[in-house]
Amino acid sequence: MAEFDRADVVIIGGGVVGCAIFRRLALAGLKPLLLEAGEDILSGASKGNSAILHTGFDAPPGSLEVVCMQAGYREYQAIRNRLNLPLVETGALVVAWNEEQLARLPAIVAQAHQNGVEDVTQISAEELRQREPQLAPHALGAVRVPGEHIIDPWSAPLAYALQGLAHGGRIRRGCTVSGGSFDGAWSLVTERGRITAGLVINAAGNFGDRVEAICRESPFKITPRKGQFVVFDKPAAQLVKSIILPVPTERTKGIVICRTAFGNLLVGPTAEDQETRDVAEVDEQALAMLIAKGQEMLPGLAEIGVNAVYAGLRPATQFKDYQISAQPERRWITVGGIRSTGLTAALGIAGQVGDLVAQHFHPMEESAPTWTPVPNLCEERPRPYQIGGEIVCHCEWVTRGEIEAALTGPLPAGDVGGLKRRTRAMMGRCQGFYCSAQVAAIAEGRITL
Amino acid sequence: MIERDVIILGAGPAGLSAAAELARLKVGKIAVLDREQAAGGIPRHCGHLGYGWNEFRRIMTGPAYARRLAETAGAAELKLGVTALRLEPGGVVQTTGAEGPQAWRGRAVLLALGARETPRSARLVSGARPWGVMNTGALQQFVYLHGKRPFERPVIIGSELVAFSTLLTLRHVKVRPAAMIEAGRRITAQRPGDWIARLAFGVPVLLDTRLIRILGHERVEGVEVDRGNGPERLDCDGVVFTGRFRPENALLAGSHLAVDPGTRGPAIDQLWRCSDPAYFAAGNLLRGIETAGQCWREGQAAARIIAATLLGKLAPPAASVPVQAAGALAYVYPQRLTAEDPIDPELLFFARARAATKGAIVLRGDDTVIWSRQIDALPERRIAWPVSPKDLQAHKSITVSLEPQA
Ligand SMILES: Cc1cc2nc3c(=O)[nH]c(=O)nc-3n(C[C@H](O)[C@H](O)[C@H](O)COP(=O)(O)OP(=O)(O)OC[C@H]3O[C@@H](n4cnc5c(N)ncnc54)[C@H](O)[C@@H]3O)c2cc1C
Ligand SMILES: Cc1cc2nc3c(=O)[nH]c(=O)nc-3n(C[C@H](O)[C@H](O)[C@H](O)COP(=O)(O)OP(=O)(O)OC[C@H]3O[C@@H](n4cnc5c(N)ncnc54)[C@H](O)[C@@H]3O)c2cc1C
Repeated sequence: MAEFDRADVVIIGGGVVGCAIFRRLALAGLKPLLLEAGEDILSGASKGNSAILHTGFDAPPGSLEVVCMQAGYREYQAIRNRLNLPLVETGALVVAWNEEQLARLPAIVAQAHQNGVEDVTQISAEELRQREPQLAPHALGAVRVPGEHIIDPWSAPLAYALQGLAHGGRIRRGCTVSGGSFDGAWSLVTERGRITAGLVINAAGNFGDRVEAICRESPFKITPRKGQFVVFDKPAAQLVKSIILPVPTERTKGIVICRTAFGNLLVGPTAEDQETRDVAEVDEQALAMLIAKGQEMLPGLAEIGVNAVYAGLRPATQFKDYQISAQPERRWITVGGIRSTGLTAALGIAGQVGDLVAQHFHPMEESAPTWTPVPNLCEERPRPYQIGGEIVCHCEWVTRGEIEAALTGPLPAGDVGGLKRRTRAMMGRCQGFYCSAQVAAIAEGRITL
Repeated sequence: MIERDVIILGAGPAGLSAAAELARLKVGKIAVLDREQAAGGIPRHCGHLGYGWNEFRRIMTGPAYARRLAETAGAAELKLGVTALRLEPGGVVQTTGAEGPQAWRGRAVLLALGARETPRSARLVSGARPWGVMNTGALQQFVYLHGKRPFERPVIIGSELVAFSTLLTLRHVKVRPAAMIEAGRRITAQRPGDWIARLAFGVPVLLDTRLIRILGHERVEGVEVDRGNGPERLDCDGVVFTGRFRPENALLAGSHLAVDPGTRGPAIDQLWRCSDPAYFAAGNLLRGIETAGQCWREGQAAARIIAATLLGKLAPPAASVPVQAAGALAYVYPQRLTAEDPIDPELLFFARARAATKGAIVLRGDDTVIWSRQIDALPERRIAWPVSPKDLQAHKSITVSLEPQA
């Protein structure tokens, strides 16, 4: 049994950002300890996003965000095969639906070029129709962004966490940090007792300002911004090849139509500020609005059923940019406000954090990595059911072997959500009508249902 | 390629009754494939009484009925744990299972894939998404297949017949629901549903009540309902969404077969034939829920047509006349009539209303009224009526419409 009461480096928060930092520091030999409040990793913002690997074409030029996104984008592609992570190379189209939006397309192209995304071009309504014949005919033109892709938002951070574990890191779940004191080292208060840490990294997502207050008065305040989604059944994924993005406004990227790595199509997200930090409710009107918007842009959706609905919370602050900094004298690193691009940027953020650690706290030595490939859940690559086995979840074709595997190993599913994210069981069109009792029986004694 | 004369997909009441009938008619080699590890379909986990009267003149529990069906189909080859993944033209079915991927070809393929309830997600219900929200189908499997009690005081959403199956299932594990909630003015199931719920189960039935929100973080802690005076909280620890059945049609969506957007099932002619004449369909896949007895009859009727086809007694389908639903009808089937002599002299149409409607059901051939009848339709009740095929064949198109009283 690993010791959990002290570590040179403690990372607070097992979202995609915390997992990527965990991996980076473990690869550098620092044996980090990651503390996650939830029963499983990805219990916060990282459990519900659009799963787009962004190029950064529309990010604010010169921002830390665009630097991290582009570094993350490159590193993901460099390591993904070793970790068995998918990349669905869809490209994106920023579609103008009226004259005003059409007039803004050249500026979008210019910004993309300024951000170094050189292959972004404007295309005509005619070319748009050729590329996406199912799109509603009133589209007037588009910006084409060939490099925007789709990934599996849960397997990626899981792979980062597993690689960190393989390199001597440790993860403690169900462990909320509620306070701490500093006397040259940190003594963190958790419901599982005190934990001594030589360096603390705050990657607490929507609780970032509260955790920051353990170290100092938080320079940022989080106001979670909710995004709701509707997931359509698999036939919908045949309707578009690219990610369909709207011309963005000041506040949000707007409502996107996007395939998923799992072969579905999602429409969302909304952007709604809320106070609650840990519960993202869906709401009937917003979902109906999303369906209507989706059908307006993609009329074929009218024929296709809704599989799932969900909502995620972006850790938004009063600042547009990420809040990443070190307090060397307090042995603390802040990684906050990773609002709406953290899935893409995580590996890049981890690189930044690695630099801060090397600069202020510990030498970072690269060792030869041990690769920890994760099971593939992406419909475009081979999945176990194609080889054979007892299928338990009939909508997503999940085998008993996959469910068993997700319940064992160095980081077994910690709760139902974790099991779903690792296998896709119960996430399809029937939402457990056929398989939930069977899945519960398989998981009995290992997770509580 | 594994070749059989008839491949039946789905070992529920429809598939198994077809298998039994085909075996009786000695049609040749028959294989029944089902993705579950046991035969029987829904009745497998429907542990209360309510099955078998039409078929076996006995009232049985679902599991006993499922066993009985499997026995009667005994002469057919039954392959369990085999999932059909794709349907291809000419009766080719791609499957997977413990034995790995396989390709099957049937001279005829009967689709008997059943139906399921609409889950919470597709109903767009507001609120958090805690554990403890499920359909009756899942609840029954927890209770009857795994001996579990997933909650102590759930609410039941809906009052179709299946909601009473929910009540029976809960009573089996001594769970008394907090309430049964129905958005409509009246209970959907045939009377005396509401007094059964109230008297026999002691469960309050809240009519005219809308579920507006689910509460709870990890687990359900309550629901908010609206009974006309704004949100009211009701404490409960589970939510069972009942009914609103939809065909288990995922296989059709990816296939070459025509699907009726109204039923969401395959479009068939009066002889149970899909748009590819190698494929036939019966049971709940056609439209959502009917009783097991009705599905059983359909399987048997389809089997007779398949037998006649394979024995060369029935001509291949010729030109057909489309049948369309109009007015307040959600759907009508068969969706096509063909010119061949029907095996059954009486032709039955089945339809369903979109909402509770008092009015007339009118059958028109082109623009002429052929037939009409006053009805008081409820959305969850089948409308069925016989028509003589002679009346219909002269027309180019047929429309069935439900026309509300002025
Ligand atoms: C609607 C939506 C759409 C998005 N789309 C995309 C997209 O397409 N592409 C993209 O790149 N990004 C996207 N994002 C952004 C991305 O999801 C986030 O930037 C990212 O998940 C943030 O990760 P995080 O690790 O910072 O936060 P989180 O995932 O919230 O992780 C923080 C973790 O810390 C834990 N925690 C909190 N407090 C404590 C404590 N006191 N003790 C211990 N643990 C604690 C929490 O339980 C949580 O698991 C989207 C986000 C949303 C909401
Ligand atoms: C909760 C509940 C209670 C009910 N109570 C009663 C009652 O008391 N009395 C009554 O008469 N009726 C009752 N019914 C209705 C009755 O059970 C159904 O009408 C009947 O089972 C439908 O028969 P079916 O053969 O059409 O489909 P199903 O019984 O659903 O069988 C379909 C079969 O197809 C298989 N299948 C589906 N897809 C595939 C695939 N891709 N590959 C391989 N196999 C596949 C399934 O595994 C299943 O075994 C109840 C229904 C429910 C849900």
